[in-house]
Amino acid sequence: MAATKHTLVALVEDRPGVLNRVASLFRRRGFNIQSITVGHSETPGISRMTIVADGTNTSVEQVRKQLDKLVETIKVSDITAEDRVERELALIKVKSTSANRGEIIQIVDIFRANIVDVSLDSLTVEVTGDENKMNSLLSLLQGFGVKEVCRTGKIAMTRGFNSADHPRRVATPEE
Amino acid sequence: MKMTGGQIVCDCLVKEGVDTIYGILGGAILPLYDTLPQFPQLHHVLVRHEQCAAHAAEGYARATGKVGVCFATSGPGATNLVTGIANAYLDSTAMVAITGQVARRFIGKDAFQEIDITGITLPITKHNYLVRDTNQLAKIMKEAFYIARTGRPGPVLIDIPKDVFTEQVDYHTPGKVELPNFKPTTKGHPAQIQKAAKLINEAQKPVIIAGRGVIISEASTELKELAEKGQIPVVTTLLGISSFPESHVLSYRWIGMHGMGYANMAVNNADLVIAIGMRFDDRATAEVSGFASHAKIIHIDIDPAEIGKNVPVEVPIVGDVKTVLGPLTKLVQPSQRGEWLKQLDDWRREHPSTEIRETSSLLPQYVINQIYQNTHGNATIVTGVGQQQMWAAQHYTYDHPNTFISSGGLGTMGFGLPAAVGVKMGRPESAVWLIDGDGSFQMTLHELATIQQEKLAVKIAIMNNGFLGMVRQWQELFHGKRYVATPLWGPDFIKLAEAYGIAGVKVRRKDEVIPAIQQAMAYDGPFVIDFGIEPEENVYPMVPPGASLSQFLEMPKKEAALWPQRNTL
Repeated sequence: MAATKHTLVALVEDRPGVLNRVASLFRRRGFNIQSITVGHSETPGISRMTIVADGTNTSVEQVRKQLDKLVETIKVSDITAEDRVERELALIKVKSTSANRGEIIQIVDIFRANIVDVSLDSLTVEVTGDENKMNSLLSLLQGFGVKEVCRTGKIAMTRGFNSADHPRRVATPEE
Repeated sequence: MKMTGGQIVCDCLVKEGVDTIYGILGGAILPLYDTLPQFPQLHHVLVRHEQCAAHAAEGYARATGKVGVCFATSGPGATNLVTGIANAYLDSTAMVAITGQVARRFIGKDAFQEIDITGITLPITKHNYLVRDTNQLAKIMKEAFYIARTGRPGPVLIDIPKDVFTEQVDYHTPGKVELPNFKPTTKGHPAQIQKAAKLINEAQKPVIIAGRGVIISEASTELKELAEKGQIPVVTTLLGISSFPESHVLSYRWIGMHGMGYANMAVNNADLVIAIGMRFDDRATAEVSGFASHAKIIHIDIDPAEIGKNVPVEVPIVGDVKTVLGPLTKLVQPSQRGEWLKQLDDWRREHPSTEIRETSSLLPQYVINQIYQNTHGNATIVTGVGQQQMWAAQHYTYDHPNTFISSGGLGTMGFGLPAAVGVKMGRPESAVWLIDGDGSFQMTLHELATIQQEKLAVKIAIMNNGFLGMVRQWQELFHGKRYVATPLWGPDFIKLAEAYGIAGVKVRRKDEVIPAIQQAMAYDGPFVIDFGIEPEENVYPMVPPGASLSQFLEMPKKEAALWPQRNTL
């Protein structure tokens, strides 16, 4: 089966070592992570991870189940097949001179990106969007000389009312 | 109530029903040991190497169904536990390992005997903890035991800094365990159970493969009811041995690389496989692409991640084996299946698999069969890893649940002797025989000291062939008989036993076997028998690496030497 790109959303407890557990599991099962982002969720004490990884449907399902077995994992969903909003943020430092600064600013405007820093010989661009937008802007700017790129990795959310499941804190009865 | 961390640990252990702990102390864990005398309910067994503390705790856990507990100090004490923890992880044994750690202010400073044991054991524990706050200690202890024994059992490690043991805090017995995502499904889904029953009722040639899950779930009675009602033949995995009485008319013993030829044929010719509490390990399935290729598969397991991991499954049922089998059996129609069973009986006649060849020399198969005859099948058998393990599985007939205790998943040589310590302590009333090899035994033989110290009447049968025999067999069959690093010098095991104050006898001839076994049984205390067996005896049947389950080689033919070179696993 051909490997495809999968987007997983995991809700995990916000505790030391949890990221390590998740990353370790991906390594052990021979999974290549393209990007992983972690931040707070709507519930205090719960972090949300967006993981983009390559794999066949079967192997991704296996990793999802293994992730779900971690005690500190609350919910893992593979949202690859779902209608969803995806965003990524990048900072791009471009070489510029007084001669081409205007041209760069025009390109940045077309992409609805922002200039967040300027010096005599550089511009720093902040851009938000999906992967295609990132890549197109980046390839256009490469012509001027890109000094530095910093990308956050993708975050994703399903469209509509459905959510990645609200964690419910319930007591587990002893036996 | 004010208590120190050390007292909290001990009090929690008592409340969890722990009575026996295996361990070795050291600087970081010393304060915990210092509080042990205040809790006389806890019997601490000093072993001779931390690996053996974990194996002994596992033996104890497997013999009693309780959670095994082991202690080790920080640094080398903790790293020595690793093999034992990994063994428990792969064989799904409930265990709590407690390690001492350097005091909190030294963590991260590469202090003396500091090691990141939670980092090291991350992939081989169900969960682990580093205790940073003494107020959390009681809660963590309770969670650890809950996680270790709930759902699919496994090891949990708690790393406790030295100053946590000595710090005094207010101690309250913790309330309910609160783990939002840790709720294993125990009850099988009714719709899935119905689908499974339908497949069973339609099947002409069904076979049950029972694994260690049946033993963990204590579901031997339920398994027997299902098999008898549907007249379904039963085979087991290596660790499923003894989950179903092997003398039962529906038992076709066990499958796998060294399983019975007829059992392997049953699986590969079946039209339905009912896999119960097993995980399709490659030693059980052989080449997975050829595994049960004519069969639909029903898979019952408590761990959802096992479903579809190695083998695609028709009907998965996630749940506890005991809880699932009852409702399933109710829906299964009584059947006869005489033709299929007759076919299996014919295969058993054509491929007896446990025949012992005629020779005047001392054969391990004969020895083990005699241990079976003389103990009337009432002993608990513990094994090392290697050829003797396979012979012990083949030539002893297991009729009582959970009487075969062996290292399956990890295949840990040296598991036998320390595990036997735990098994005998868990079952003081029953006969415990360790069947070990000279190679495997030499890996942990220092535990003879523990056996003597605790006065444990373990009977030890060493199959001494002067080789690391299983690897030698592979070299003979697949590596042009180049015996690299497998010939093995060994000590005089009887003199060695004597040095530990343990009685023993050497056996070199066939006619000495029965008297030696009877002497061991009659002797009040531990006893070692050194059986000098045929050095180049092989384990058959054998499914060569890369072959499918039904392509097994049979004893005593040596056509294996002609088997083409394959990628070996």
